Amino acid sequence: MKKISLFLLSLVVLAAHSMVSAQDSQGFGIGDKAKDFNLKTTEGTMVSLNNLEGAKGAIVIFSCNTCPYVVAYEDRMIDLHNKYAPQGYPVIAINSNDPKVSPGDSFEKMQERAKEKGFTFPYAYDQTQEVIKAYGGTRTPHVYLLQKEGSDFKVKYIGAIDNNYQDASAVTERYVEDAIGAVMKGQPVANQTTKAIGCTIKWTKAE
Amino acid sequence: MKVLILPLLVFLSTFLLRADRSEDNFKIISFPEFEELTQQNSEKIRVFNFWATWCAPCVKEMPYFQNVQAEDQSLELIFISMDDGRKPDRVTTFMEKRNVTAPVYLLNDVDYNKWIDKVDPSWSGAIPATLFIKPDGSRTFHEGEVSEEELKSMIQQLK
Repeated sequence: MKKISLFLLSLVVLAAHSMVSAQDSQGFGIGDKAKDFNLKTTEGTMVSLNNLEGAKGAIVIFSCNTCPYVVAYEDRMIDLHNKYAPQGYPVIAINSNDPKVSPGDSFEKMQERAKEKGFTFPYAYDQTQEVIKAYGGTRTPHVYLLQKEGSDFKVKYIGAIDNNYQDASAVTERYVEDAIGAVMKGQPVANQTTKAIGCTIKWTKAE
Repeated sequence: MKVLILPLLVFLSTFLLRADRSEDNFKIISFPEFEELTQQNSEKIRVFNFWATWCAPCVKEMPYFQNVQAEDQSLELIFISMDDGRKPDRVTTFMEKRNVTAPVYLLNDVDYNKWIDKVDPSWSGAIPATLFIKPDGSRTFHEGEVSEEELKSMIQQLK
């Protein structure tokens, strides 16, 4: 009897596990209408897509404080914002990690990091993880390039910033910049999705 | 004087031997070399675990993989490190400190988008992730952290 219940239990565990993975692979695809959000930033203000003044789109980046890939890209995130915000495409960085799982990703630590690095873009806290679940982000950094069409924000590119996290000067493919360039010209984006090694999202564990 | 030299020699030699041992188990490879590894014939279920020294959930699950392999002769465990190829010492030091005995290959190719889909199309790129290859060459992929029990169940399902 004990053996059977153990077997059943392991089946349930496995089923629950595959459900979580299925959930991860959902989220927005290219061409989908992105959901708006209203999140608190490290500056104490709120950020949402519809309140971006004069925006033609947005570069939404699921980020955090602790991932070495994010750290390697922070300067490039600042550069992207400084270059493209004046052209209507600001960077919005969002941290969705649960500080109970990853203490270095608390809101206070976000404020420290934003100050330390001098972030010029809003750095927002997705405490409920609803935003990242809606978008389907699975790792940090994970970029969603959005283009405003009427009052909607449409997903135009999902993936990495470029093809060399280690060395910005050795990059040969600037995925995000190329995608924005195409979108601004009204042309199709050549690489609509890319993949990169990244840190997992530190999901809130069920109580 | 002799009294002093002997402990020093013993100390140095254990240190050197240790360093040797972890280097024997460690190699930096390219993606084609990784593909060759996956294509080798084997009578065992090969378990390729993708990890990095800085990845907390990876480091947490590594002992589970080593335990499960120690108990199960039908498994061959291979760790694939995503660490910075310019700093291999981080990996070899980690291997010594954490007593990593399974072979570790540092896959040194940061042009990730070129190869992630070739490992498995369902992989988003997040680590930890694990690729299982059966003796018949069929592949199963899992993205995300596992417990020791989950790992055992996964392997049981492959048999």
